[in-house]
Amino acid sequence: MEIVYLTFILMLSIFLGFELISKVPATLHTPLMSGANAISGITLVGAVLAAGADHGGFAEFLAALAVITASVNVVGGYMVTNRMLAMFKKKDSSSGAGR
Amino acid sequence: MSTEYLINLAYIAAAILFIFGLKQLGSPATARRGNLLSAVGMALAVFVTLFSSQILSYSTIIICVLIGGGIGAYAAEKVEMTAMPEMVAIFNGTGGMASLLVGWVALFGAQVDGFTAFTIALSVIIGGVTFTGSLIAYAKLSERMDGKPIVFDAQRMVNAGIIAAIVILAYLFIQNPSSSSSALWLLVVLAFVFGVMAVIPIGGADMPVVISLLNSYSGLAACAAGFAIDNNLLIVAGSLVGSAGIILTNIMCKAMNRSLANVLFSGFGAVKHSTKQTEGEVKPISVEDAYLILEAASNVMFVPGYGMAVAQAQHAVRELAENLEDNGAEVSFAIHPVAGRMPGHMNVLLAEANVPYDQLIEMDDANPRMDLVDVAIVIGANDVVNPAANEDESSPIYGMPVIEVPRARTVFVLKRGMAAGFSGVDNPLFFGENTRMLFGDAKESITGLVAEFKD
Repeated sequence: MEIVYLTFILMLSIFLGFELISKVPATLHTPLMSGANAISGITLVGAVLAAGADHGGFAEFLAALAVITASVNVVGGYMVTNRMLAMFKKKDSSSGAGR
Repeated sequence: MSTEYLINLAYIAAAILFIFGLKQLGSPATARRGNLLSAVGMALAVFVTLFSSQILSYSTIIICVLIGGGIGAYAAEKVEMTAMPEMVAIFNGTGGMASLLVGWVALFGAQVDGFTAFTIALSVIIGGVTFTGSLIAYAKLSERMDGKPIVFDAQRMVNAGIIAAIVILAYLFIQNPSSSSSALWLLVVLAFVFGVMAVIPIGGADMPVVISLLNSYSGLAACAAGFAIDNNLLIVAGSLVGSAGIILTNIMCKAMNRSLANVLFSGFGAVKHSTKQTEGEVKPISVEDAYLILEAASNVMFVPGYGMAVAQAQHAVRELAENLEDNGAEVSFAIHPVAGRMPGHMNVLLAEANVPYDQLIEMDDANPRMDLVDVAIVIGANDVVNPAANEDESSPIYGMPVIEVPRARTVFVLKRGMAAGFSGVDNPLFFGENTRMLFGDAKESITGLVAEFKD
């Protein structure tokens, strides 16, 4: 039953994802991609659970590596997206800037 | 039990934050807040996870989060905007790697059933392909590796062989899932190999498709890892990203009028060559003469391409645009969906140069107003303005929607020399009646024009 339940969640989220993204203007494609990429770092939650479980030995090494790589993804992804989005300005707010 | 209950409630809140975050990323006015919302969701999810009863010690977690977070923060702060495609590729790769590892670790300390073993195999395969595929994409984008497609004779056979081996190994692993399974080790290796093989035959101009696809994979890998460790939030967030990536991939493919299979499996240009010979004379123009025409123009449209990124000309272009506006001209930037090396690449560069986003228009809006344009300035773009895509049925890019610059009164093409574009296709635009070629480095030419305006 657990499998069916998880698959149910999976299906609904996929449809939700399609609905959310389908109308994004081309201007925002890069930030959207990098922002979505940061969300895929959610695997950090799994990595943290694994690293805290004190498996020891090789498993501990794998888990530690998972936490490191996932944190690179999460922190880097959100920061770089924020940096990009900070540059997008409307006409009036940008005139005079950078001259 | 009650802490686990609370943790799951917090996961619901995190999922809601992700959803609203993605929603707000869809509009330039709210995008920054959207990103922040989703970051808050992430912080919340990780924070509450620390209270899980599964966690016995914190030392490894804290040290590793600090290391990884530090690397990510440093890279995000230091990266040049022109290097954004390869940065996104790298972050993608680390996400894939993390999912591979999370799936793998799920084997330790617990008895796994068939279904869990299946999802572990999936997260290892998708995560591994995402990891090495992203590394190759990074190498190609940062020009540490030749951007040309790498193709060899038996490529399809070899790839088919690898896929078959992956399926067999996955089956063997699921039959007997254990942390000491040698099938799993081989599976990891083959997933890595396949990631490399999948990306090397794809050329630089097709990179927008590859990056969006890898983005999708990194989400799917997280999703598979979510199944492996029974975590709802990983499944929800992973599939949101997965479907977002698929939509972007689809948009990119449509913009090139090619199927995904065509992008992934055929080296561009090698397929067929145009039978038509382009005839005519190239008419060069000097910066001074170009200035005279621009000064009289009342409607100017810039059409940037990857060449603008290479020449780092975006700041000079913005300066020229401002001078044109001060001169009373209406200025717009027409951006083809696949201009550059990732989706929306040109938009980011122009935003960096302080071009307001309401001046950036999409191809579908640019073409109807082309007849009103006095001067269209093509900067380092080639295939995306190639009229052969509309006219010449034998052209390899026939059917790809392009920005129809020949309909403007005058077209300036800024170009280094007369080499064909990335796809190796001749461009009749260069020989057009109303086309003037401004040869030289794009940045220097534009700076020259700006200097003329200042005199």
